[in-house]
Amino acid sequence: MAGYTREVAKRVFAQEFRESNLSFKDGDDQYAPQYLLTPTGAKVNRVFIVGTLIEKEDIGTDSEYWRGRVTDPTGSFLIYAGQYQPEAAQILAECETPAFVAVVGKPSTYTTGEGDVLTSVRPESLHIVDGQTRDMWVIETAKCTLDRIEALDDTSANSQKAKEYYDPDIRHYSSMVAQALKSLNETY
Amino acid sequence: MVETYRIIASPEETNKRLEDLIMKQLAQEINARFNELGVEIPIEEIEERLDKMINKFKVPKEEARRSVVNYFLKFHNINRNEFYTGGQSESPMANISDVAEDGKWVTIRGKVVQLWDNSHESIAQVGLIGDETGTIKFTIWESSGASSVEENKSYLFRNVVVNEWNGKFQLNVNKSSSIESIDEEIEVGNTTVDFMGAMVDIQSGSGLIKRCPECNRALTKGACMEHGKVDGVYDLRIKAVMDDGAFIQDAILKRDQVEEITGITLENAIAMAADALDQGVVLEQMKKLLVGKYYKLDGSKIERYLLVDSIAPVFSYDPSELDELIAAAEVI
Repeated sequence: MAGYTREVAKRVFAQEFRESNLSFKDGDDQYAPQYLLTPTGAKVNRVFIVGTLIEKEDIGTDSEYWRGRVTDPTGSFLIYAGQYQPEAAQILAECETPAFVAVVGKPSTYTTGEGDVLTSVRPESLHIVDGQTRDMWVIETAKCTLDRIEALDDTSANSQKAKEYYDPDIRHYSSMVAQALKSLNETY
Repeated sequence: MVETYRIIASPEETNKRLEDLIMKQLAQEINARFNELGVEIPIEEIEERLDKMINKFKVPKEEARRSVVNYFLKFHNINRNEFYTGGQSESPMANISDVAEDGKWVTIRGKVVQLWDNSHESIAQVGLIGDETGTIKFTIWESSGASSVEENKSYLFRNVVVNEWNGKFQLNVNKSSSIESIDEEIEVGNTTVDFMGAMVDIQSGSGLIKRCPECNRALTKGACMEHGKVDGVYDLRIKAVMDDGAFIQDAILKRDQVEEITGITLENAIAMAADALDQGVVLEQMKKLLVGKYYKLDGSKIERYLLVDSIAPVFSYDPSELDELIAAAEVI
């Protein structure tokens, strides 16, 4: 494939994102993109999240370094924005919580001393949106997740790899999706 | 060059009659083809030449035919390619949307939608030709000797070759091709695409921009690629990146759509920029308004871009879709 193509922003619920810990590079090249493979087989280099920003805190010592917590119906994402994510950091600094936000960002992982892998998102952009957009995202993410669950038995490399590594409990993820969808009926 | 030749009779009468028949047929074919090109050559004259070649000088029939054809082509000053293309070697007619094979020869009936500037001396014209099924880029090479085309007129591009470059197809008009003007109106069908997804980014070169007054190109740092430093004309444009979780679609919104979707008119934008002493505030404001939300777009696809005809925000989902998804999630 000639030239550069932008990576698609994957839709993943917070719970599945938190339960992911397989991060790898495609190829040995120094500049090869980094991916996070999720239990349902999403190969993520970029994510799109719409949720509620419920907490934010400047945890930086010298310069500003913002940590935010964005929830969806299944859990929460941690996002970190510092001087290299100026646009997102600025909006985090200025906005009020709670607020509906849309985040486009890169997944990153951190391994603790005990060997646990924590996932977070480094935002490329962060914008204030509305509740309807959040609901649209829940629907869309549910659809994408169901598609992946259904494709787990396919022979695609991502499905195979996810099955081999995570041995995912399909019921666990389908009930997560069902729960997320049902929450839309409850709210209004 | 009026010459007469006596036919030398062959000893075997029947065989000769058969040969005669084949020769007559050959002569008729040649006569017919020249007729199509608007040249009337008496069939006797062709026969006479053929006969001399075949019967007197024992030249094989195909060679004789070629030689005779060449003689008349030269005599009437007709281009060889013109004679041979269009004959039995005519390439098949194809719809533009079906053009998908590198190196294939086709004949296209379409309307020239757009002509582009070209800088290369070996290229006569470059542009976009369209038929009911879509549009495709074409290049008319100087060496093709083909007649030149005009925008909004319909043509038959005979025997053009399909060329693939960077995953895209284009047509080359070369010296075996010909272009024929046709007098019919062709409704150009755009390869219309619709796309629904989230706007995940707006690229630089969006917002309030300046265009070159001569060629309408967007200026970079106040200069036009072609015309250098010019006094630009303000315009609004958005180069958006749309993403539906499976595919990326780059989309270009023109001024009308930008004004409609952002509520920022060109005048507002100019005032905003003047207040802030910075054109960039317009782009920032547009990002704030649009990025992260869902839109439905449709328009025509040209190369990697979707040239947007209409854009509408999507705020609500179909409740039946929700029920279906819940049901689907529960059966797994």
